[in-house]
Amino acid sequence: MNDLRELYQDLIFDHYRQPRNYGPLEHANRKAEGYNPLCGDKISLAMIVKDGVIHDIRFEGVGCAISTASASLMTESLKGKSEGEALAILKDFQALVTGVAVPDEMGKLTVLAGVQAFPQRVKCATLAWRTMQAALKNMTEPVSTE
Amino acid sequence: MKIGEPKMNTNAHSTLESDIKNHLNVQRWRHDFPILQTRLYGKPLVYLDNAATTQKPYTVIEAENHYYRYDNANVHRGIHTLSQRATEAFEYARVALQHLINAQYAHEIIFVRGTTEAINLVAQSYGRSRFKADDEIIISGMEHHSNIVPWQMLCQQTGAILRVIPVDDAGELDLNTYEALLCDRTKLVAITHVSNTLGTINPVKKMIDAAHSHHVPVLLDGAQAVAHLPVDVQDLDCDFYAFSSHKLYGPTGIGVLYGKSALLDEMPPYQGGGDMISSVSFEATTYNKLPYKFEAGTPNIAGVIGVSAAVNYLNNIGFSALVAHEQALLSYATQLISEIPGLRIIGNASNKTGILSFVLQGLHPHDIGTFLDRQGIAVRTGHHCTMPLMARFGVPATVRASFALYNTVSEIDKLAEAIYQVKEVFK
Repeated sequence: MNDLRELYQDLIFDHYRQPRNYGPLEHANRKAEGYNPLCGDKISLAMIVKDGVIHDIRFEGVGCAISTASASLMTESLKGKSEGEALAILKDFQALVTGVAVPDEMGKLTVLAGVQAFPQRVKCATLAWRTMQAALKNMTEPVSTE
Repeated sequence: MKIGEPKMNTNAHSTLESDIKNHLNVQRWRHDFPILQTRLYGKPLVYLDNAATTQKPYTVIEAENHYYRYDNANVHRGIHTLSQRATEAFEYARVALQHLINAQYAHEIIFVRGTTEAINLVAQSYGRSRFKADDEIIISGMEHHSNIVPWQMLCQQTGAILRVIPVDDAGELDLNTYEALLCDRTKLVAITHVSNTLGTINPVKKMIDAAHSHHVPVLLDGAQAVAHLPVDVQDLDCDFYAFSSHKLYGPTGIGVLYGKSALLDEMPPYQGGGDMISSVSFEATTYNKLPYKFEAGTPNIAGVIGVSAAVNYLNNIGFSALVAHEQALLSYATQLISEIPGLRIIGNASNKTGILSFVLQGLHPHDIGTFLDRQGIAVRTGHHCTMPLMARFGVPATVRASFALYNTVSEIDKLAEAIYQVKEVFK
């Protein structure tokens, strides 16, 4: 049960119940859709990027506690970051949840480190992030975890 | 924390005597399945994912093992002793499966890789040679993707059109709409015998009668039926019946297509090579007779021998004992689970097998599945390869507990207890 507590920390519940930056975003210039066909989770991500900086970022969709909290925490951590910084955080985040490395300076995102004990749930944690990457690259095809 | 009280006596129909008999039966059956001794995270395995695949008894594991150890040879080609033994075991299996579903002839049993391949065989061999633009194929809103996509592919190839029987709120097919859909353009009805997501047992005999009155043949997807209720293809009068070994306590990678021999005879081969050939020159090939016409290449011999052992195992238990046990589990579980606040069961058909799909308010099935897994409880979470059905009920996914002959009342108590706990943790 200890690794379950590690996975479902209070901060994750908090972001699951009250996701930050949830809802539509007007005047977005970067958008992407993400989908996990295994569980049916869906996410729509929208950003306003000006001069290479993420000025605003919001998401909508349905998902489990892990995917919703991850999306919510991601939006908080990326606001005000440059595109390059966002992609660097994405790389660190992937290393964190897959257990490849424990990167420094992850802030609140470290709360998702418990995912590494649950390989089946890595896709839940990374769905929003992969969608963000697609939005930055202006990919029109929906991102799928499969 | 609220924990569901065990309710051994809630089933009004059960008597103490039959409870005891059931209990003794189940304990004996459980000994036949080595994996049931497994512990996960320090807890005994509670395997409730039987609709995905069932566990295998010793006899099935041993039958495969014995073949590879003592009899391994190719079938239908060798003059030597091992080949003869392998061939005999292979053809004995065909007869065992013939008897399981009461087919008229052994050559009506075609070995394929599974239900999916069986349906694709009918779509591509039967459908592609006969269907043309604007012909109609009727399926239902509760089909597994394997009984949707092969027909969509056929429609793209031939211009035929798919018609879908709607599903009502209880998870039953709308038979009035079905009968209205049947018309001169209908060329085939392909429906599931039992829904893998809802557990609904469809009134297939009645539906086959209706189709036949329009001279329309019917394919039944029996993947979720054969291990849970007696199937008699002659009584049903279905034209095709498809099922898999691995949901029948047998190995993966092997399945059966039953077809009426008159239909199978008229159908062109599906794949070329191996046993499907009678003679080959570079000018022309003569195809072998049934059933070999549809069994191209070296078959999954060990799988066929394994499923034959599984059929023998089921025959020894007998369907009456098995059905009675699974029905008792279903009614017990339905009552216990539906008392949980915020829980909604998806699929309340009056005639069901032991499948219980549900959602919990405010909780995603994946989070529930992870929690249950850490309690040693294996359930399925997701869309169960029935995405149109999920859309019909307005849910992205469900948690599905599905029962087999080795499941017990105390395992259902553990499931209910764990659901109360997950609610508490996620409060």
